[in-house]
Amino acid sequence: MIVEIGHFALILAFALALIQTLAPFIGARRGDTRLMGVGSSAALGQFVFVAAAFAALAWAHLTSDFSVLNVAENSHSAVPAIYKFSGVWGNHEGSMLLWSLILATFGAAVALFGRSLPMRLRADALAVQGLIGAAFLAFILLTSNPFERLWPAPFEGRDLNPVLQDPGLAIHPPLLYLGYVGFSIVFSFAAAALIEGRIDAAWARYVRPFALGAWCFLTLGIAMGSYWAYYTLGWGGFWFWDPVENASLMPWLAGTAFVHSVAVMEKRDALKVWSIFLAILAFSFSLLGTFLVRSGVLTSVHAFASDPRRGVFILVILALFIAGSLALFAWRAPTLRQGGLFAPISREGALVLNNLLLTTVAAIVFFGTLYPLALEQLTGEKITVGAPFFNITAGTLLLAVAFVMPFGFSMAWKRGDFLGVAQRLTIALAAGVVVFVALIAITKGGPVLAPIAAALAIFAMLGALTEVAARIWRRGASLATVGSRAMGLPLSFWGGALAHFGFGLALLGLASTGFGAETIAAMKAGGAQQVGPYEIVLDSIDRRTGPNYQETAAKMTVRRDGAFVATVEPARRRFASREMSTTQAGILTLNFGQIYVSIGDPADDGTVATRLYWKPLVTFIWLGACAMALGGALSLADRRLRFGAPARAKGASAATAPAAS
Amino acid sequence: MRPLRPLLVLGLALVAASAAAVQPDEVMKDPALEARARTLSAELRCMVCQNQSIDDSDASLARDIRLLIRERIAKGDSNAAVRDFLVSRYGNFILLKPPLELSTLLLWASGPLTLALAGLGVYLARRRAPASAPPLSAEEEKRLAEIAGGDAHA
Repeated sequence: MIVEIGHFALILAFALALIQTLAPFIGARRGDTRLMGVGSSAALGQFVFVAAAFAALAWAHLTSDFSVLNVAENSHSAVPAIYKFSGVWGNHEGSMLLWSLILATFGAAVALFGRSLPMRLRADALAVQGLIGAAFLAFILLTSNPFERLWPAPFEGRDLNPVLQDPGLAIHPPLLYLGYVGFSIVFSFAAAALIEGRIDAAWARYVRPFALGAWCFLTLGIAMGSYWAYYTLGWGGFWFWDPVENASLMPWLAGTAFVHSVAVMEKRDALKVWSIFLAILAFSFSLLGTFLVRSGVLTSVHAFASDPRRGVFILVILALFIAGSLALFAWRAPTLRQGGLFAPISREGALVLNNLLLTTVAAIVFFGTLYPLALEQLTGEKITVGAPFFNITAGTLLLAVAFVMPFGFSMAWKRGDFLGVAQRLTIALAAGVVVFVALIAITKGGPVLAPIAAALAIFAMLGALTEVAARIWRRGASLATVGSRAMGLPLSFWGGALAHFGFGLALLGLASTGFGAETIAAMKAGGAQQVGPYEIVLDSIDRRTGPNYQETAAKMTVRRDGAFVATVEPARRRFASREMSTTQAGILTLNFGQIYVSIGDPADDGTVATRLYWKPLVTFIWLGACAMALGGALSLADRRLRFGAPARAKGASAATAPAAS
Repeated sequence: MRPLRPLLVLGLALVAASAAAVQPDEVMKDPALEARARTLSAELRCMVCQNQSIDDSDASLARDIRLLIRERIAKGDSNAAVRDFLVSRYGNFILLKPPLELSTLLLWASGPLTLALAGLGVYLARRRAPASAPPLSAEEEKRLAEIAGGDAHA
């Protein structure tokens, strides 16, 4: 019954999404405020009903109702409750429902918090958001119904794929979708601005919180997914330039470009047309990613051709929104008024360069991901575009971004002083060069890419700190003065500094993968292996029983120069219900580096194939990403830049006082 | 094992079942030769997997090719010779970094081309935009004259 109510709620949500599309749009054209107001109520209603549908599916999963096909195929009564719940979106139908739920959540957020927005802009934005919602709800209802019943109901489910039975599944997809789908709001606002034919700095202020929020979630989602892959896959890889990963990287790149260009727009009223284009691009990439992942086109072009219903449906949605928005853009963008002049050497100029580089990286990822598919369709020739290609092309450009970044961050608006900025960055630059020379000297004839990346990472990090120092420190200033200056700086500045520092930190983590050590060996209990500066002893191999799996765990002791450091316990889990094994890597974090151990299934003679890694500074990759997201959150918290938030008059005057003195 | 379609949700798909790729018994005695074998296998695709190098894969085909590489290296083949041999056998599909050919020209040019086009766009947009504030229209001139004139009389 509850399942049927969920299905019904989803149909109602679809109807409300249609109303959300039509009523405010027509209202905005006729200037009918009551009709425009319907948009908000419909958006809230759509959210409530999608949430109800989601809750119904979650209930079916939690109670292991195997008469529901989706539950029978993707759950098992013995699975721990948390994986029963996260299993809701561990499958195609459920994950599309989560997608729609988040889409509706953002629509409801605009309805609730957007009361201070201009009426027509809000109405048009809600209409576009409603149209996206209607398209995806129709997709779920027509091709991917999660509420389908199964009769007779089986006694037991087929189990959630063991690889997905991990806390990662509970966190990664929701974060990623919050980011992915969050850009839908930015897209809707861009479309609304184009329909209105008017855009100004105030528009930038409306979309800024949504764009920054989505960007933070996407950053965290990608980082979380990468760490999940790192600890489950057993050889310490964390990024594979896989199409599915690329699908999340493309919106991130376009979104990163957007949050920068929208800052220019807000402060200087420039780059308006470009910002609109990026807003369209970011969400188009999100839709493209959804198509790539959901249509099955990646698994095999033939699988797509044999059951093309879902693929074609998403392709139609994709074409409708991308072509529609680009046509709207081509039609209306020329009418948008240009504003905000600036010299090429200025913060605006640097941000234009940043945007050029980031969009080029996005274009490379786009071509690299789709080229093999297109080539095979056109000529039948099969090629592979993998990590070595992306590392050379996109990797090099990202290094260029790291180099340009500190210059842009230190540059003044409108007209910058390049020599002055370069002078200020001398120390950071020198530190980078020193690190490069030192690393080259140590590794002697090793690859040069890792030292270059490390040097640029140091430059980027110190560059961010240099700008902070320049803002708060003067020769001879007392500690109290420095402190009050620091307090007086806007949160958005601290956010920017932290995010840039985080980018450098992540790059340093990536660079340090070039300086790790690896040992592959067959080990027996009592045996020892050296990896980097550490000696690892295999003490014993034990078998244990978990709730729904059998586990073989290796107890190991880590020593350095004969002294005990810690223990580490890699394991293999065998899931009987699907006859699959998973790897639980043993990970030990030491001074931001990690010892990473994974084992294979033990052989009959008691030996076990073991892979041991020493990865110095590897945690910086994810700590850097967290710092970037935190930077975004700080910037988001800046009340000055929030529309409709009451200004802190007292705080503002206190902030300007020390700067004046 | 069931096909891994649901996994695609997460970007983990390809590598799901992988426990150990290069096995201890495959490793060559000479570390220099082994390093070459590792470099090579990181550049080669496991053709029955999705976008996974044979260095990372535990598929039996990947193991066969890893052993084949080591066999040829032990015989004294250069890296390029091993690569050519594998391409002659399996086609360009096995290379994770596609060679620069007519059919991949657009792929390799995608970065420089985008940068050049976008750069050109920025240049044109700057040229089209007025370098300074636009001159006053006739109406504005008239209004200015009125104000200025009014001032002069006052």
